[in-house]
Amino acid sequence: MIRKTTNQKGWLFVAPVVLLVAFNAVIPLMTVVNYSIQETFGDNVFFFEGVKWFEEVLHSERFHAALMRQLAFTGMILAIEVPLGVAIALAMPRKGPWVSVCLVLMALPLLIPWNVVGAMWNIFALPDIGLLGRTINALGIDYNFTRQPGSAWFTLILMDVWHWTSLVVLLAYAGLSSIPDAFYQAAKIDGAGAWAIFRYIQLPKMKRVLTIAILLRFMDSFMIYTEPFVLTGGGPGNSTTLLSIDLVKIALGQFDLGPAAAMSLIYFLIILLLSWVFYTLMTRNEAN
Amino acid sequence: MARIHLDQIRHSYLASPSAEDDWALKRLDLEWRDGGAYALLGPSGCGKTTLLNIISGLLQPTEGRVVFDGTDMTEVPPEARNIAQVFQFPVIYDTMTVYDNLAFPLRNRGMEERGVDARVREIADMLDLTETLGNRAAGLTADGKQKISLGRGLVRSDVNVIMFDEPLTVIDPHLKWVLRSKLKELHQRIARTMIYVTHDQTEALTFADRVVVMHEGQVVQSGTPVELFEKPQHTFVGHFIGSPGMNVLPCMIDSGKCYFAGAEIKTSNTVSAGSKDTAYEIGIRPEFVKLSRKGIAVEIVKVADAGRYRIVEAQRDGHTIRLLAKEDAEVPGRGTAHVSFDPGHTQIYANGWLA
Amino acid sequence: MALELRNVVKREGANTHIYETNLTLAEDGFNILLGTTLSGKTTLLQIMAGLELPSSGEIWFDGQNVTGEAVQKRNVSMVYQQFINYPHFTVFENIASPLRVAGEASDKIRSRVMQIADLLKLTPMLERNPSELSGGQQQRTALARALVKDADLVLLDEPLANLDFKLREELRDELPKLFAGRRCTVVYATTEPVEALLLGGHTATLHEGRVTQFGPTSEIYRNPKDLVSASVFSDPPINTATVTKRGDRFHLDEAISWAAPETQTGLADGSYRIGIRPHHIVPAGAGEGGAKLTGQVMITELSGSESVVHFQLGNHTWVSQSHGIHGHDVGEVAEFEMAVDHAFVFSEGGEVVAG
Repeated sequence: MIRKTTNQKGWLFVAPVVLLVAFNAVIPLMTVVNYSIQETFGDNVFFFEGVKWFEEVLHSERFHAALMRQLAFTGMILAIEVPLGVAIALAMPRKGPWVSVCLVLMALPLLIPWNVVGAMWNIFALPDIGLLGRTINALGIDYNFTRQPGSAWFTLILMDVWHWTSLVVLLAYAGLSSIPDAFYQAAKIDGAGAWAIFRYIQLPKMKRVLTIAILLRFMDSFMIYTEPFVLTGGGPGNSTTLLSIDLVKIALGQFDLGPAAAMSLIYFLIILLLSWVFYTLMTRNEAN
Repeated sequence: MARIHLDQIRHSYLASPSAEDDWALKRLDLEWRDGGAYALLGPSGCGKTTLLNIISGLLQPTEGRVVFDGTDMTEVPPEARNIAQVFQFPVIYDTMTVYDNLAFPLRNRGMEERGVDARVREIADMLDLTETLGNRAAGLTADGKQKISLGRGLVRSDVNVIMFDEPLTVIDPHLKWVLRSKLKELHQRIARTMIYVTHDQTEALTFADRVVVMHEGQVVQSGTPVELFEKPQHTFVGHFIGSPGMNVLPCMIDSGKCYFAGAEIKTSNTVSAGSKDTAYEIGIRPEFVKLSRKGIAVEIVKVADAGRYRIVEAQRDGHTIRLLAKEDAEVPGRGTAHVSFDPGHTQIYANGWLA
Repeated sequence: MALELRNVVKREGANTHIYETNLTLAEDGFNILLGTTLSGKTTLLQIMAGLELPSSGEIWFDGQNVTGEAVQKRNVSMVYQQFINYPHFTVFENIASPLRVAGEASDKIRSRVMQIADLLKLTPMLERNPSELSGGQQQRTALARALVKDADLVLLDEPLANLDFKLREELRDELPKLFAGRRCTVVYATTEPVEALLLGGHTATLHEGRVTQFGPTSEIYRNPKDLVSASVFSDPPINTATVTKRGDRFHLDEAISWAAPETQTGLADGSYRIGIRPHHIVPAGAGEGGAKLTGQVMITELSGSESVVHFQLGNHTWVSQSHGIHGHDVGEVAEFEMAVDHAFVFSEGGEVVAG
């Protein structure tokens, strides 16, 4: 809790970042706000429209459907990745030469660019030539992610789990390695079984990092664009059109700038609100 | 509860120890009675933690057997030895209440709730934790948490031995006092075998009926606090126990008599004929050195006030002699003075060991 | 080079960490901040160093107001309870680091480092990394780093707390010698009264963010100005009780009373708090007389050279600490004698009225 007190020159060091953030975030955000309350037909002519676009977006069935798909997607990947990540972290060795091998293997998927992941899985899952697609079909299951919504969702979720579970694993592993041996010894002496050790020692000690993992995964998955775009392009039909894909369709496909701007802001506020709710719920107990 | 026998134990962390120095724990044989209070005392790296881990089963000795009540436990894993341990840093289950923390070992063993409740309340009462039973354990102070760790050992009636691994390290001095007395009181009440590992002589001596002093992997002396204080078997014990430690001064043996700085010193033990290859020393505790009119001339170099007494540091021929003077006693400042040794408490040591 | 705190206050939100403090530190010898954990020692040290800015008040050093001046500009050294060294530097480079930062010539650095290393007995391990050293040697390295740059202000925050008992004793003995003859102000924070006494110098007793008393160490120990200062400066904790003075006698309750010593007979009749340190109460016959007390023995702790007995006196638990072995059975009613002329008498508000 040492606070540096007097060095006014410190601001000079921060100034470039402040400027960068201003150009990167604040000015574009103001532009979006500007578009969201006006109508334009090109030629830089604007008409003030108030909250019309917001009302339109909030009442549109299309937005509701995209939001539902988004919530379903995020919910599913969280429900799979967090327990799976924790389970893998628990199974990993704590000491010895295998530790670094495991850590490197775990980190690999995280190093692959998002569009490459999309392209990889697209080819991997193709029903005619992809290894995954052919294998599933060979098992007698009718699988075609370009035609069937169910197959598309299955592939989408499998891809995200493959890409991002490692993040949860690495964070959970860091939490686990910070537990002193004395805790395990004491638990053994108290006659605690594996489940009790997990429930009363490992889980509480991992809580902090898991909170961060869940928040990161929530925000990232809620904003996901590149991978589903490359894999399914939102299809078949609109079945995998998540919020960000829908947004791009409106803004760039139809060039409806006003509604797209309003939708962006709503989208942003939803993420902010849900992140806050998550964070408050998960840290609630620590306060008292 | 159990009688513990450490039967010809020896331990090395190396795969094939050959030299004497390869042994982290040199051969020892100790027998501890049921219900006793014991302490393992020594500086860091002396092997006391190794020995503790051998008793608790976290470590298998290279040689020898660990026997509880006649049963060989050497191969038995820690969880099956019915041992309780209090660690240096408090181990508590953060998410549980104090009550649930204390109940945990009993519930794990499938005890029915009525029995659990009675036992938890009884132990909480002993440890003055009744008021906080409903609180979250994570919110307690360090001494409260250490009491919980201890309580989890006490609730079980099947515990053979309770072990303490420097349990007061993180406790403030004025609370150290309270907790130390509490331990002593508990031992006097429940008479369970307890082993206390520490580098702090005050903690060891006040807690234990019998103290095992270790040095470089070896047991140098095992005895009651009084024995360790009055008849140290080795100069290391004399130095390590007592604050300040025993004065150790080189001496000469000549036809059964002992000389320091040219003066004959009367001692409680005697060496008939000195051998040339042996280094002889006299050991005398600062408590038994007195300022006197006659005796050995010394130069007083420092007088430190320790409150209850003063520590007078004097020099003779480059050797330091410390003595304790009472709070109200007259002590000359710097300068020449004379000291005398109490013959009943002056011992001769040969190569470090009591002659 | 005097350090002076003028009306220093430290607040954090609604909490006051340091209440208004005025302190002029001594320029020679140690300035000891004595108090329990959370009493404000570390905050005060950080304010002195310039790591924390006081909420109000000023810090003067050597006749200049240095409040708000950057730490880097003040010539300050600090040593912490944890052994803080650069892990990937050798001991030599660790000690040399402050001189390198200051841009000294390398032959000058070499001679300074060798000199300090010799003083702190680190010469044999100059080429090792801190991780290969014992705790005592690691802390010596940290001390050497603090000493090498001839700081004007050296702040030591419980530097011995993490060391083994005997190492602590050894280093505590050396510390004053290391600073003797240097032109710098030394501030030393500790929780242990005995450590304060043995280091000598001046002591400030701290309690809950207030400096309750400041002055030469022995004087503060023997003449506390209130009950709080006396409690901070007592280990084991001071015995206290509320008593009523009627005529020439103090009454603890109907059964227990004693004659007031000469220095206290002048006090008006009424209610007082008394405080007496445990070593002024000894088993009957073991001391030089005094008021007789009778109480039921609750715990006895025998350490080989002294006995500590906790006993019930009225509805207080008192502690007696005496030389020699005085065995008592738990539950037995025993007689003690109290050296009443060593008792402090406080008003009900805690201010000393006789002592």
